[in-house]
Amino acid sequence: MLSRVADSLYWLARYIERADNLARLMEVNLQLLLDFQDLDDIKLREHWDPVIRSTGDEEKFYELYEEANSQTVTDFLTFNKSNPNSVIGCISGARENARMVRDQISSELWETLNNCYLFLKSNDAQNVWDSGAYEFYDRIKDYSLRFQGLTAATLPRDECYDFLQFGRYIERADKATRMLDIKYHILLPSPQDVGGAEDAAQWIALLRAASAYDAYHAQYLANIDPVHVAEFLIFSENFPRSIRYCVQELNARLHNVSGCPLSKYSNDAEKLAGKLLSDLTFSNVQDVINYGMHEWLDNCQERLNEIGGATYQAYMFQKPVDLAEEIQQQQQQQ
Amino acid sequence: MDLSAYQTDNFFDEMFSAPGVVRPHYQKVMERLQSLNLKEFEQKQQAVDLLFLRAGVTFTVYSDDQGTERIFPFDLMPRIIPHDEWAFLERGLKQRIVALNCFLHDIYHEQKILKDGVIPPSYVLSAKHFRREFVGSDVPKDIYIHICGSDLIRDKDGRYLVLEDNGRCPSGVSYVLENRQAMRRAFPNLFPNAGVRAVENYADRLLKMLRNIAPRGQDNPTVCVLTPGVYNSAYFEHCFLARQMGVEIVEGRDLLVRDFKVYMRTTKGLQQVDVLYRRIDDDYIDPSVFRPDSMLGVPGLVNAVRAGNVALANSIGTGVADDKVMYYFVPKMIKYYLGEEPILDQVETYLASEEKDRKHILANLDKLVVKSANEAGGYGMLMGPWAEKDEIERFRVAIEKNPRNFIAQSPISLSRHPTWTPETEQFEGRHIDFRPYILYSGPDDISIVPGGLTRVALNRGSLVVNSSQGGGSKDTWVLYGND
Repeated sequence: MLSRVADSLYWLARYIERADNLARLMEVNLQLLLDFQDLDDIKLREHWDPVIRSTGDEEKFYELYEEANSQTVTDFLTFNKSNPNSVIGCISGARENARMVRDQISSELWETLNNCYLFLKSNDAQNVWDSGAYEFYDRIKDYSLRFQGLTAATLPRDECYDFLQFGRYIERADKATRMLDIKYHILLPSPQDVGGAEDAAQWIALLRAASAYDAYHAQYLANIDPVHVAEFLIFSENFPRSIRYCVQELNARLHNVSGCPLSKYSNDAEKLAGKLLSDLTFSNVQDVINYGMHEWLDNCQERLNEIGGATYQAYMFQKPVDLAEEIQQQQQQQ
Repeated sequence: MDLSAYQTDNFFDEMFSAPGVVRPHYQKVMERLQSLNLKEFEQKQQAVDLLFLRAGVTFTVYSDDQGTERIFPFDLMPRIIPHDEWAFLERGLKQRIVALNCFLHDIYHEQKILKDGVIPPSYVLSAKHFRREFVGSDVPKDIYIHICGSDLIRDKDGRYLVLEDNGRCPSGVSYVLENRQAMRRAFPNLFPNAGVRAVENYADRLLKMLRNIAPRGQDNPTVCVLTPGVYNSAYFEHCFLARQMGVEIVEGRDLLVRDFKVYMRTTKGLQQVDVLYRRIDDDYIDPSVFRPDSMLGVPGLVNAVRAGNVALANSIGTGVADDKVMYYFVPKMIKYYLGEEPILDQVETYLASEEKDRKHILANLDKLVVKSANEAGGYGMLMGPWAEKDEIERFRVAIEKNPRNFIAQSPISLSRHPTWTPETEQFEGRHIDFRPYILYSGPDDISIVPGGLTRVALNRGSLVVNSSQGGGSKDTWVLYGND
């Protein structure tokens, strides 16, 4: 596979997963506001500030808007074309990459993505939005799910599939750390200090955003406990949106590409992914709390970035050709 | 749908021999159309448009800074060619492509046609796309034009005329295949009994042709489509063909030349490439030989071609055959190389660099169509009868300054075809042309896909069929029989 193609497949999947996560984040946070009492500007800001921070685009946001409220955050993360990490920015980015690799993916995959793009550009998108943010974000999630389903149903399990899945899981793991980080302050070393009905609602929201509410209950029964929620979203072995599960998957994809057994590594990407996976396998939520939840999540994000960087070096990066030098050399051979 | 009011207006009409009289090979389509009402027809048209948009069957509009993608408007009324007519076209096109390949081989080797005085040498040597540095170099199997897309038109008597040959990178074949698929979806029941020949194996034949020119006769050569990139207006087609053939689509930056061999940069390191179906013009293909500012090309590609380590389709230097001055000489080439009379006629042409012709051209600028020798896509053209006075004068100055660069032709009254006109909600006659696609693997191995791209000028009275200037397209049916 061409290196350029691998790079495009990786970003194609990342962008779709990013749009999907944004839709989940926004939907849940807009819902949450409905549960608040005595909502004032300060409370609103306290609510939205961490959301913006979690996307990592805080600076850009405050360049464009004066304050964080439902309207500005929604606009920034959904429709703002100058934000490449808005829903519309992500879907456009995914489609641009898909155009470059159209010969590699199935027509069904391409058409689904193209339809999503056309939907976002059409008046229909505005109509759906007007009838409710919930419907709108649901539609985006729907497209993403269809994309995932078609990836599973229409692609051969080859390098193309591996790079798509690698992109998806690294993005999903990254976003999981960011979503948890929104609530990290509750999990300071003595969690008893905070709590209350509003917090419980927020933890439930977090579970819902990860489509994890039902799976969580199946494992922990009715009890919504912050420590359990964090444990589930970080360490679950079999829930497909937990950080550990994502790292397990992306590690497997990397080994599939190289053909190197899971017990060994053949490049830095595999080495880093294996180490992160082993840390996730051989620690528990108490270790995270002792380390400091925020610090731990930060460190995890950092390591995911390193895995992404090492993968780029291993498969996608090609030393840029110095055209002038190349031309000169070739002319000497003529 | 009712076509009883349809007017042929003194043009040759493909469907009606006279108002109300349908040609026999259009009878089945006519019956099917009559069974539809307006609403059903419009629904089918909308469904097809939506299909193209969703599948992303689009071209990029350059003039628009947003890089907008548009669909190539598609008209549901098919253009139909009966068997005998097609057999005639096939014979004529084959004769022409053989002669063109003989000509290209000759001018890049012995130049007998010049020495024998059939074509004045200065015309060839001064041609913009004549690559003198390739004189004496061999190409695999002596084939220069592998893929040809000659443009054909019909005059007021229905006579087919070759308008130009397009021996470089003719585009549009993806629309032939997509249009057919759209028609099958819109009229599923019509096809089984309409006797339409299939076009679907084009990609198979293309791949077979490309593998045939692999260096050293390899069994399993690596074939790639070389594209200028995602922003090229024909990118969709490049991708489409690569996908249909199951080969990689590469850009210049994916390729690298080392030791006179071409490699692509893959996740597993460098992999050698044997055949390139290149959709980049000569000028841009290798900045170490041609335009040094080209960012699209691959430095050293020409070295690799000369060393015989990679084959290109089409070969370098075919552009000289697209020169409109050379077009004038094609009938002479056919006689010279094949000893045959040309089967297909072409448009009567005057060369501005011949004194007698030039006088005629300058005296009749308001009656002739003047074309630049090396422009395509409807650019660099003067349509005398419809032109403003100052435009005519501009051409007069340009012709006198550089006569080699111009030819003139009498305007042809292009044939018309009933075409759906949404504004009036009825079928009206619109001018059409036709581009068949010819794959050449040698004089005895020529394959022409039974069909082709029929382009239609959608604006009333317009003769311009280019997609960038208000053109659309139709599915083209070649029939097994004659009705």
